[in-house]
Amino acid sequence: MELFWYIILMSMLAVYIILDGYDFGAGIIHLFFAKTEKDKKAITNAIGPFWDANEVWLIASGGILFFAFPTLYASSFSGFYLPLIMILWLLIFRAIGLELRGQIHNKMWEAVWDKAFGLASLLLALFFGIALGNVVRGVNLGMVTNGVSAHEAHYFFLPLWNPTFSPQAEHLGIIDWFTLMLGIIGVVSLTIHGANWIIFKTNSSLNSKLKNVIFKLNIVLLALIILSLLVWHIIEPQPFHNFLQYPWLWVFPIIFFIGHLGLFKIRTFKKDGTGFLFSSLFLFGGLTSTVASIFPKLLPSTNSVNPDLTIYNMAAHEYGLSVGIYWFAVAIVLVLVYFTIQYKVFKGKMDDIGYGEH
Amino acid sequence: MEDMLFYDRMQFAFTITFHYLFPQLTMGLSLIIVYFKWKFLRTNVDTYNEAAKFWMKIFALNFAMGVVTGIPMEFQFGTNWAKFSELTGGIIGQTLAMEGMFSFFLESSFLGLFIFGEKLLGHRLHFVTGFLVFLGSWASGFLIIATHSWMQHPVGYEILENGKFVLNNFGALFTNEWLWPSYLHNQAASLVTASFVVAAIGAFYILNNKHHEFGKLFVKTGVIFGLVSSVIVAFPTGDMAAKNVVKHQPVTFAAMEGLFETVDGGSEIVLIGQPNMIDKTLDNKIAVPNILSFLTYQKWDAEIKGLNEFDEDVYPSNIPGLYYAYHIMVGLGTIFIGLMLVAMVQLFRKKLYKTKWILWSLLFMLPFPYIANTTGWYTAELGRQPWLVYNLLRTSAGASPTVSAGNTLFTLLGFMGLYLLLGLLFLMLAGKIINKGPELIKH
Repeated sequence: MELFWYIILMSMLAVYIILDGYDFGAGIIHLFFAKTEKDKKAITNAIGPFWDANEVWLIASGGILFFAFPTLYASSFSGFYLPLIMILWLLIFRAIGLELRGQIHNKMWEAVWDKAFGLASLLLALFFGIALGNVVRGVNLGMVTNGVSAHEAHYFFLPLWNPTFSPQAEHLGIIDWFTLMLGIIGVVSLTIHGANWIIFKTNSSLNSKLKNVIFKLNIVLLALIILSLLVWHIIEPQPFHNFLQYPWLWVFPIIFFIGHLGLFKIRTFKKDGTGFLFSSLFLFGGLTSTVASIFPKLLPSTNSVNPDLTIYNMAAHEYGLSVGIYWFAVAIVLVLVYFTIQYKVFKGKMDDIGYGEH
Repeated sequence: MEDMLFYDRMQFAFTITFHYLFPQLTMGLSLIIVYFKWKFLRTNVDTYNEAAKFWMKIFALNFAMGVVTGIPMEFQFGTNWAKFSELTGGIIGQTLAMEGMFSFFLESSFLGLFIFGEKLLGHRLHFVTGFLVFLGSWASGFLIIATHSWMQHPVGYEILENGKFVLNNFGALFTNEWLWPSYLHNQAASLVTASFVVAAIGAFYILNNKHHEFGKLFVKTGVIFGLVSSVIVAFPTGDMAAKNVVKHQPVTFAAMEGLFETVDGGSEIVLIGQPNMIDKTLDNKIAVPNILSFLTYQKWDAEIKGLNEFDEDVYPSNIPGLYYAYHIMVGLGTIFIGLMLVAMVQLFRKKLYKTKWILWSLLFMLPFPYIANTTGWYTAELGRQPWLVYNLLRTSAGASPTVSAGNTLFTLLGFMGLYLLLGLLFLMLAGKIINKGPELIKH
């Protein structure tokens, strides 16, 4: 039962990252590459009718986490208090940037909300990467000093950084050079993903330029991935333990590399949607490989006093989890129906749907 | 520790108060928009379609505000109320996760279609998307109030040795005695807000000599919906909700009514007065004898327990706050019925659009349903304090153990600043939409 809900939760998170990931990426492209009003319009049109529904995957994943693993929800949300609240503020800025921009036709007004939307997207991509880094690296559960827990075994609190920015310091911070590196990987990956979405959904004049951008960023990304795999060993001595034990898990890294390497051929793809398909595979493979490497841990402990948080010691009670399957089955079918309708109505290129013009 | 709890409570109270300014309009307004669109389909009169489109703009703005201020609500269960989430997540996690899966996906998928899809879909399908948005928003309200009702009147649970609440009866969450009266009361109150807003904007147009045709339609629609919903808020739903309080939270009921003493031969109803917590009396009161007993038990001499009968450690934490919140809600609710009744009479006599004082009253009444809704929720929430789960889990036992007061103060101030900005932007943009008004396409 725990395993079932774990798979559901991770699948929902993967869908969230693929869907809202292109929104973030489109925001980053908007910030750095969209120069003309026409390009900007094309980008906001391409994500306009979708971003809100995409963000629901985050809220729904949060709901499922709360329902299936309430103790983990409590522990991680309070432990990562400051970055989570800042993510909320960024989500607010991104949303109002998108929605308010077109309400008043004035250059300064538009410039302000363009920057709010772009910068919030950039920082969100960075923060989500950092978050993943923190989960992989683990935290000082129970806030142990000198072998004594200051709190219950599954609670902790992390400041934003520690002065040394070292991932191996006794008192960890949320931002250190390891998590920051994953943050940058997050930004680069989502930029590629967003560029692919723009190519897929618009006829923007940017598109040919974006293909070159994707190609170059993909090289940067390859370098970053190799580097991060090397330093992973410093943080976690046996990162491939699970993969050695269960060889079928290699399917996830393989998906990851198919997506990643496939994007090097971006300039020769005949269909505009192919690049998006590859970057989706890449994001899916990246997330699943990462969580598979720490499974069944959900949040590892960095001390030897308190145990890791796993899907087994964090799960809600049996009855609640079983009864949840019934309503979840109904709900997920409905969600897929809505999703199909939405993407059918807004199929094809969306340059001129007039999003945000009132 | 005390500071920490205070800031946690302040932050939740502040963010939820601000958040609920928006859903209380959108839930009710979605019904009115669906009504306009339905009227258009039946009569083919363009005014109705344009009315639906105009209110859809207001709806979209409010909906966006509701979404961005709503996400922090879900997060705060974990960030600020970790212990509460850990202990009760197996139960309230059900209803909150269901809200995400059943209503947020529905609303967000079809709102986009409703806003952009009129030409793409044709009028009939456009009506259907509007109806689905309405359904999603009312489902959301239902699941939130199911959660709220469980906290007020826990059912279908057992408590394990480690203190965790676990579900043992899923169906009980939805047959909870507390749920249906509260839900209907709340939805009717949401319709009150929407009706008063529609009527106020209509009155504004008539008085301003702009968009005259729409002004009349809005005032008429607002008054009809407003009268019906104001009455339903009081009776039967408000009455039923109050009877639940008498039955399950008698000490809260005594505090709401400002009743310190148990009186032989029936209790009076207090219209106005000030609770004096030092002498345990109500100062400067104006009261009507025996009415409270009659309203509560339909017997003039029924006994109602006063606060003095209970231990002080089960008293609601803030009795004056609770008393005032409740009395402001009831007082405003009474005024709403009165005003809408007078407006309805004038509507029947076909004089409403020329009766300036009623139009002005409708215009200036605009903020008050918001105040009534807010104080209504304060009544429910202050009435439950000092408990998170009534009689079972104290608020002081629910906060996050590792988040310090300074961190919460920092984020509270951050939310205040950010929401001030959001509020100003909202008013500016709502003003712009209202000032521009609906457009009638000439054929």
